[in-house]
Amino acid sequence: MADILGGIIKGFELVITGDPELYGIVYRSLLFSGVGVILAILWGTPIAMLIAMKEFRGKTIVKTLFNTLIGLPTVVLGLILFLAFSRSGPLGFLGLLYTPGAIMIGQAILITPILVSIGVSAIESVDPEIISLAQTLGASESQAQVAVLREAFNGILLSDLASFNRAIGELGVVLLVGGNIAGGGNRTDVLTTAISRNTAIGEIGLAVAEGILLMIIVFAVNITVVLFRKVNYIVELAKPPFSRFKRNREKR
Amino acid sequence: MMAPVAELKAVTKAYGNKIVLDAVDLQIREGEILALLGPNGSGKTTILKILAFIENPTSGEVNFLGEDVNFKNVEKVRLQSTLVFQKTTLFSTSVYNNIAFGLKVRKVPKPARDEEVRKVLQLVKLEGFEKRNTRKLSGGEQQRVAIARALVLKTKLLLLDEPTANLDPKNAGILEEVIDTVNREDKITVVMATHNMFQAKTLPHRIALMDEGKITEIGEPAEIFGKLSKNLASFAAVDNTFTGFAEPTSAGTSMVDVSGGVQIEVTSQRRGETAVFVNPQDIILSKEAVASSARNVFKGRIVEISDLDSCVKVKVDVGKVFAVQITKRSFGEMKLNLNDKVFIAFKASSVQVI
Repeated sequence: MADILGGIIKGFELVITGDPELYGIVYRSLLFSGVGVILAILWGTPIAMLIAMKEFRGKTIVKTLFNTLIGLPTVVLGLILFLAFSRSGPLGFLGLLYTPGAIMIGQAILITPILVSIGVSAIESVDPEIISLAQTLGASESQAQVAVLREAFNGILLSDLASFNRAIGELGVVLLVGGNIAGGGNRTDVLTTAISRNTAIGEIGLAVAEGILLMIIVFAVNITVVLFRKVNYIVELAKPPFSRFKRNREKR
Repeated sequence: MMAPVAELKAVTKAYGNKIVLDAVDLQIREGEILALLGPNGSGKTTILKILAFIENPTSGEVNFLGEDVNFKNVEKVRLQSTLVFQKTTLFSTSVYNNIAFGLKVRKVPKPARDEEVRKVLQLVKLEGFEKRNTRKLSGGEQQRVAIARALVLKTKLLLLDEPTANLDPKNAGILEEVIDTVNREDKITVVMATHNMFQAKTLPHRIALMDEGKITEIGEPAEIFGKLSKNLASFAAVDNTFTGFAEPTSAGTSMVDVSGGVQIEVTSQRRGETAVFVNPQDIILSKEAVASSARNVFKGRIVEISDLDSCVKVKVDVGKVFAVQITKRSFGEMKLNLNDKVFIAFKASSVQVI
């Protein structure tokens, strides 16, 4: 009991004193998950738009597939990716196994179903008249689609957020394809894998510190996004008078 | 005669097996206001969507400013024609962003855009509304934003689908004035769908009567309302329009028997088939029979209540169903409910013989 208590106290100490080793891990967690989310947005958003806006045979099956994939055990996905990236695997020539690149790609694949599923329902909930409306106001096909995306913005932001939460708290894929390498120039240990390692070797203090930081990051990112939505809204509303003010100054 | 702005030649539109437009020929003349008048499902909205080039005809030809419209030039001609939907659809952002949308698409520079938005808001009597979020506006204000968003584009052709259907008289009046102004001053050609007889009689230069996907009559209002087309009988769907046989009375008025045990007294002397219309605002609704100068008093039951912004539309079945428009305040004070027994009353002089 005293050990655990001591560990917790040490954990708080490490967080407060800004231990460089610890914050290196935090940085990698944020970087890998962030890039993973961006990758997934880049390919997930067009997929979601395609599924939501086009009528095609087997649409329901595709939607169900993406919904089901949300529940895919991360260890299983990690194993599949490990086999693909391993030296003798089909993608072995890329030499990605146990590198940051493998983690980013693995996380992007992992969260794609979340991004697509929530994205599809957000886009589908937009008034179907919006496309016709944009068109009759003169928008081209692609401009009309952007107008729909803008209407679905809140839902899409939610899907991005849920994806980030999933990515940063993820263990299975990161462990299997990243290897949890804690030394050298190409470190791949992140908060989740470090917690797992430190707990196993009895470094309770470090594990607690990492746990605290992981929670802080998740809360901070979520709160920032909520605030961003509010600020964005206010900025949007405040635009005309500000720009008018600027123009007046230019005249002088 | 001036060249037509747009022309439909034998245009048919079908959704699956259902034909909604049946070989329609129609010329839209430069500078006119043309009203499409007909019951629900007669094809008015489909014609408007085809003229807005957001719906393709199944067969037939569409010309715009002398040019045949096809998939190659559709995005270009679309810039010259815009439609305001019956159901108010707005982007969930500020009034400014809604109205500026089409200007941004047309790459109008920001200073000019700001100025245009300001001017059009003045026109629809929503000065200073730029920053407001559209979700926080009343239904009437939202519809005015939707109209302003179309007007600001100054397209050759302005298409309006039941522009005042869900509006209270104040908002409807503002809109009718605006439509008239842009037509006269900006020379914008207007095509509007309506099933409001009153509006059809006063606003447009020409009326096209529609029924079951066809244009059955087309002409000037006086001409159309003058001869009683048998098509008008199918206008039962239009509020407060009834047809029946008129008999003169000894008092110098006439009684029109519109069936259902309802006889409506009108001020003019006439005999024979007659169509009449009573403006929903001209009908007085009461819970008790009241002594008044109104010649037409009927007892009935409330069958429908619907909310129109500052007013309430109450439908009363007295053998025939009458739509009555009352203020929200009166509605609240009278504590009206569905199936309540009520009286309706209107003057013989309030009845318009169509």
